[in-house]
Amino acid sequence: MKFSVTVTLKKDVLDPQGKVVENTLVNMGMSNLKSVRQGKYFQIEVNDDQQVTAEKKIDEMCKRLLVNLIIEDYKINKI
Amino acid sequence: MKSSVIVFPGSNCDRDIAVALEKMQFKNQMVWHKETKLPKSDLIVLPGGFSYGDYLRSGAIAGKSSIIDEVIKAANSGCLILGICNGFQILTETGLLNGTLLRNKKLKFINKDVHVKVINNKTKFSNKYKKNQILKINIAHNEGNYFTNSKHLEQLVEENLIAFKYCDEKGIISNDSNPNGSLENIAGILNSKKNILGMMPHPERMIDEMLSNKDGINLFSSLLN
Repeated sequence: MKFSVTVTLKKDVLDPQGKVVENTLVNMGMSNLKSVRQGKYFQIEVNDDQQVTAEKKIDEMCKRLLVNLIIEDYKINKI
Repeated sequence: MKSSVIVFPGSNCDRDIAVALEKMQFKNQMVWHKETKLPKSDLIVLPGGFSYGDYLRSGAIAGKSSIIDEVIKAANSGCLILGICNGFQILTETGLLNGTLLRNKKLKFINKDVHVKVINNKTKFSNKYKKNQILKINIAHNEGNYFTNSKHLEQLVEENLIAFKYCDEKGIISNDSNPNGSLENIAGILNSKKNILGMMPHPERMIDEMLSNKDGINLFSSLLN
């Protein structure tokens, strides 16, 4: 079973990289741009047919290694 | 005094800190990260560098290595732990110190000598300095922007756990003298038992007048005191 994990900085945490990308897009003439936040993306495959237990395992991976809970949020999706 | 320097793949200040410790008469041993036992140590140092190429987050992978369990046990039983630069990042990733080190506010790797003020000189790491003494110490990092939640920040202030702050040559602590955007100009913090110090500046680079200055020496002599 395959999952995606998207990790983003919490909304109160300054994201200087996202800001630079945002400014560059504005400078390139991209109109209607509201904001850009940069993050990380993982694809994880586990040997498990049960979605509930597989997701629980992925959640544990996030909490213990993939995500710094002080500054980051994450979302798990089945793919 | 016996010291151990933990070496990770990508550590690059491990030799420098070993030279500094030996110069100060520590009996030092280098310990590879895959070891599962620590030699008897009064001080454990997590050195600077780029452990695991800073993959995932600086210090995140090193924070899960097998020797770290032993470092945590030693820390909990009162052993002195010093984390410099990447070592500080590893300490926050293991949870031995709270908070985290974000990317520098201006997104650039900074390698320069900066001024740092001794905020707490009543610790095992700083008792040979004077309170508010201004030191000139090298920093070299990409992620040194200290961040923590407001509750922990309050605790740092109330319990006097901020060891060093960035300042200018006159000792003024301001945005202008903050090289990396660090919260409250924080350059180094202690845990509440004050046996763990994490700091971004490199005292081991400041032990020889010929090469730089001697502003780092007193950190090591404090430990021996």
